[in-house]
Amino acid sequence: MANWYMLTLVGQDQQGIVAQITQTLFENGYDLGEASMMRLGGNFTVMLMISHPENKNGDDAIAIIKDKMGLCVHSVEVSGGLHQHVEPNVRVTVLGTDRAGIVAEVTGVLAEQGVNIVDLESDVGGTAQAPIYIMHIEGVATNSTDDLVDKLAPLNRDGIEIQVMDIETLVG
Amino acid sequence: MASLEILSYPDERLRQKSLEVEHFDQTLWDFIADLEDTLGVGPGAVGIAAPQVGHFQRICIVDVSGRKKTKNHGHLVLINPEITEWDGFKLGREGCLSVPDYTGNVVRAEKITLEAFDPEGNELNFEMSGYEARAVQHELDHLDGLLFLDRVVSRRNDIFDRKVYKPKPKK
Repeated sequence: MANWYMLTLVGQDQQGIVAQITQTLFENGYDLGEASMMRLGGNFTVMLMISHPENKNGDDAIAIIKDKMGLCVHSVEVSGGLHQHVEPNVRVTVLGTDRAGIVAEVTGVLAEQGVNIVDLESDVGGTAQAPIYIMHIEGVATNSTDDLVDKLAPLNRDGIEIQVMDIETLVG
Repeated sequence: MASLEILSYPDERLRQKSLEVEHFDQTLWDFIADLEDTLGVGPGAVGIAAPQVGHFQRICIVDVSGRKKTKNHGHLVLINPEITEWDGFKLGREGCLSVPDYTGNVVRAEKITLEAFDPEGNELNFEMSGYEARAVQHELDHLDGLLFLDRVVSRRNDIFDRKVYKPKPKK
């Protein structure tokens, strides 16, 4: 079984950066597993599962392009592997005015209700004068989502709207 | 009766277009029995189409009756099914017995009119909506060599039905 490393790269976004990273890894014998790239606050960020027949952690390959591309690098061996997806069955959307502590409040309720978060992304839109906060969470809920709706209801205040949606995956 | 092997993507046979059933006979009924067994083995699937087991005839089974609060027409064995009308559209998440360990969001018609034959060759006609209509569209795609993978629009930022907080009535 492959040993996987989680390689995290952060830097200034630039055209062609994904191609350069993945090409360099490929040329140096690395396999890629799952990956997630996002532009956060104008920065390039990516997390890549990588594996190498000699159990290397990616530092040798990234060293080749690191300085040229201005990348911060972190690599750590991880115990997980591929084919370990779980199917989220609930989606929570938080919209509204940016308010300090809102993420902690919402995720606190989710934790209390036994929801395992599998995906979270948040963004700030609008303008500098009037920012809009948008967060999407997907998770695996073991309790009824009606209870979740009730528990999240008190957080619907001061210009924040929280919506709960069931995700029902059709398999055919 | 026997459960059959399910083809997995990227098996090219899943891209094959299936042919119309012409004879409503024992051979057809025997195959349907095997297809029923195969659907029963799958993990929580609400439908299966003949090409998923390498049989390229326009046959599928759809049954969403096990799902709570879902309008349905019961256990349906559909021969030569055809959608004649579509109305509205809706996003939903789908997976497939032939595409293990992956799901994605797909747009499907909200309401459909479906014409088909039953295993004895009698004409069927349904007005369907929601989850059952989605399941039928997913299975009919298989008959034309299409997979939900061909229709995935996004894994993020999608719109599902919202649940709105309703204060509990005070006792």
